[in-house]
Amino acid sequence: MAADGGNGYRWIGKRTIRPDGVDKVTGRANFGADFALPDMLVGKVLRSPYPHARIVSIDTSKAEALDGVKAIVTAADFPEITPENATFGSSPPNYRDMSRNLMARGKVLYDGHVLAAVAAVDSAAAIAAIGLIAVEYEILPHVTDVVAAMRPDAPLLHDDIFTAGAGPKPEKPSNVAKKVAFKLGDIEAGFAEADVIVEREYRTEGIHQAYIEPHAVVASAGADGQVTIWCSSQGHFMVRQYCAGLLGINIADIRVTAAEIGGGFGGKTTVYLEPVAVALSRKAGRPVKMVMSRNEVFRGTGPTSGAAISVRIGAKRDGRIVAATAELKLMAGAFPGAPIQPACMCAFTAYDIPNVEITGYDIVVNRPKTTAYRAPGAPISAYGVESALDELAQKLDIEPLALRERNAARQGTRTAYGPTLGVVGFEETLQAAREHPHFKSSLGPNQGRGIASGFWFNVGGESSSNVHVNEDGTITITSGSPDIGGSRASLVIMAAEVLGIDVDRVRAVIGDTASVGFNRHTGGSRVTFATGMTVVQAAEDIVVALRKRAALTWDIDVEAVIWEDGEARPAGDNAGKFEALTLRDIASQTPKTGGPIGARRSIMAQNPGAAFATHICDVEVDRETGQVKILRYTAVQDAGRAIHPGYVEGQIQGGVVQGIGWALNEEYIYGDDGCLQNAGFLDYRIPVASDLPMIEAVIVEVPNPSHPYGVRGVGEVPIVPPMAAVANAIHDAVGLRLTDLPMSPPKVLAAFDSES
Amino acid sequence: MATVILSTDLARAHTDGETNFEVEAATMRSLVRMLNERFPGLGPALGEGMAVAIDGQIYHDFFLEEIGPDSEVCFLPAIEGG
Repeated sequence: MAADGGNGYRWIGKRTIRPDGVDKVTGRANFGADFALPDMLVGKVLRSPYPHARIVSIDTSKAEALDGVKAIVTAADFPEITPENATFGSSPPNYRDMSRNLMARGKVLYDGHVLAAVAAVDSAAAIAAIGLIAVEYEILPHVTDVVAAMRPDAPLLHDDIFTAGAGPKPEKPSNVAKKVAFKLGDIEAGFAEADVIVEREYRTEGIHQAYIEPHAVVASAGADGQVTIWCSSQGHFMVRQYCAGLLGINIADIRVTAAEIGGGFGGKTTVYLEPVAVALSRKAGRPVKMVMSRNEVFRGTGPTSGAAISVRIGAKRDGRIVAATAELKLMAGAFPGAPIQPACMCAFTAYDIPNVEITGYDIVVNRPKTTAYRAPGAPISAYGVESALDELAQKLDIEPLALRERNAARQGTRTAYGPTLGVVGFEETLQAAREHPHFKSSLGPNQGRGIASGFWFNVGGESSSNVHVNEDGTITITSGSPDIGGSRASLVIMAAEVLGIDVDRVRAVIGDTASVGFNRHTGGSRVTFATGMTVVQAAEDIVVALRKRAALTWDIDVEAVIWEDGEARPAGDNAGKFEALTLRDIASQTPKTGGPIGARRSIMAQNPGAAFATHICDVEVDRETGQVKILRYTAVQDAGRAIHPGYVEGQIQGGVVQGIGWALNEEYIYGDDGCLQNAGFLDYRIPVASDLPMIEAVIVEVPNPSHPYGVRGVGEVPIVPPMAAVANAIHDAVGLRLTDLPMSPPKVLAAFDSES
Repeated sequence: MATVILSTDLARAHTDGETNFEVEAATMRSLVRMLNERFPGLGPALGEGMAVAIDGQIYHDFFLEEIGPDSEVCFLPAIEGG
């Protein structure tokens, strides 16, 4: 079992058998909706049919009288959180907004806003009870468009929003929650220097994360105040923290177990059902199960922001970009919190531009509160910037990839948000794209090729894990990070690498919130990086302990014992002649050498190492139907070090496919009545396998110096370039510059019509 | 002396728009304290929802970090991912 000779590691970089694979393909994996408890009730919610209305009254008396109904809750059953107490703790959410989002108080703010919840003995009784709840509404004017919401005469969602960051506090409230700005250099001097300037406006629609598994929870509140929750979430510690804050419960009195998760993509980084199920369970004295329908998922959860974008880029004749501005208006949904900061910060970070100015607005509209979606905000700004770059390349008569090469950010490049970049691999992705056979392949009529790049920060944060040596010398890793992208495989590989043993002798499980220290939720592409470091460090602690046990057995100094190829060996001839002790040997003797061997590590992972990607997309445009077909797609990405290349490729392919959906078909469609018209997968079109070619993932490895194996997060940046890559390919194919997502057949046909 | 760079928004709110400063400090804790003495209210703002890049390396939990005499210390909004 020597090092494989490829990269110097025994296991790092190998495509080991997926530990979650068999359970998932056989249906044995337990997702959120699979869990059940004896005596369990069924919970359902009442949702508003109006996008904006004052709640005059809610009468639950008829529903309460219905046979089988055990509990009903409204906002009155939740602690009212004052503005002064809206935030507490470190990196807090706004608990007041969160509370009002999961249960409307005073007003409903979007179609699908929850007003009440029922727990009953079965689904039929719960649904019947929901129908008996009488709500009197005073209907208010609504606004679902981001630009319309900024107008002075727009219907006002909240009377306490006074634009933050806009200099002196405005005298009047508005729907603009926040204005942010980032400046670098002298923007006017920069544009004055430019020979060529491109200026263009773009729009993107709100879209959903479209995870296949709907939200699901079982909550059980005991008479002693102890609460147990089983749910599908990206962070069970986050569920514990938010439920405690929203319901006024001690964190120690809540225990949360993470179910296997069927996708999240950022959409499961908050709570919707969990606090409601707990409130119902406390009132009913029985466990309560709640599962959303797909309609509810669309109307009540996610989505990501729709946006209005304007971009201006100026360059010298030789292709050197000298100035760039962007203005981004992102819809936050019914409560503030669009990903406006990262949208602005990522906009031009891939390029070394001396003069940059970016302004962003966080705008509330009568839609569901937005939630994170893969690289939150970055795909939106990248769509505008990377499309404008393509146009600039044409004006300059420079190959689009060459324009990016000429201006590529590298280590030491100053960003518009302040710092210089560390060790990054953007240029390496451009080089790999140029050298790829796809880039050199030929195209037919109505076919075109688009290039686009993208940047995402990646995130570190709090992680904890335990590593234990079992009695037979196998290893169990207990992590607190729900596995949504293959992190169990990565943790196993890294532990096996440190310990020098076969991966089949290592298993990783996700412990509940009482079993392992705090973990920030799985998001920000952070788990293999951050939680992986805890496992590496804990495994290194185990190695030290194993050497000590061997030293004790041989009665020699621990410094005279080395750990090599999964065995304790004397360091040299001077240490004495002893038969090597395997992990299994040492484990079998632990009762005689000091007891069980285990290690735990809790860290704040810093310096996650930024991710860059460059994509090549070929399309064919049907001039008769407006359909855009993806012919070939190659995604090049710097992964730092791919611990399990198969999962890295899966992340890249998944991100690209979601980006293609965002580009071509996905959109929230609202009627004049302010209600969502396509709350289901028949009308909300996501790409399926038959729509797509195999997405070719090319992994570039520029190791992150802050990780023992060089890991960078990989899950988010692949969704950043696709919209512009597709748009640029369409332009290359048929000469249409589409600036309004999605680039669906009706819009492509309309663009042809307007051209003619 | 370390060079401190504030974001445009922080500068507008706390330093009359000035974004670059020289500060003599060995740790981030003392640097933030000194900035707060110079611009009252800036210290708490730096401790809320902010990260810091020290010589290009990003730290979310930064108060215990050491800084070199020629370090560049850049405050930026903390990022959460999806």
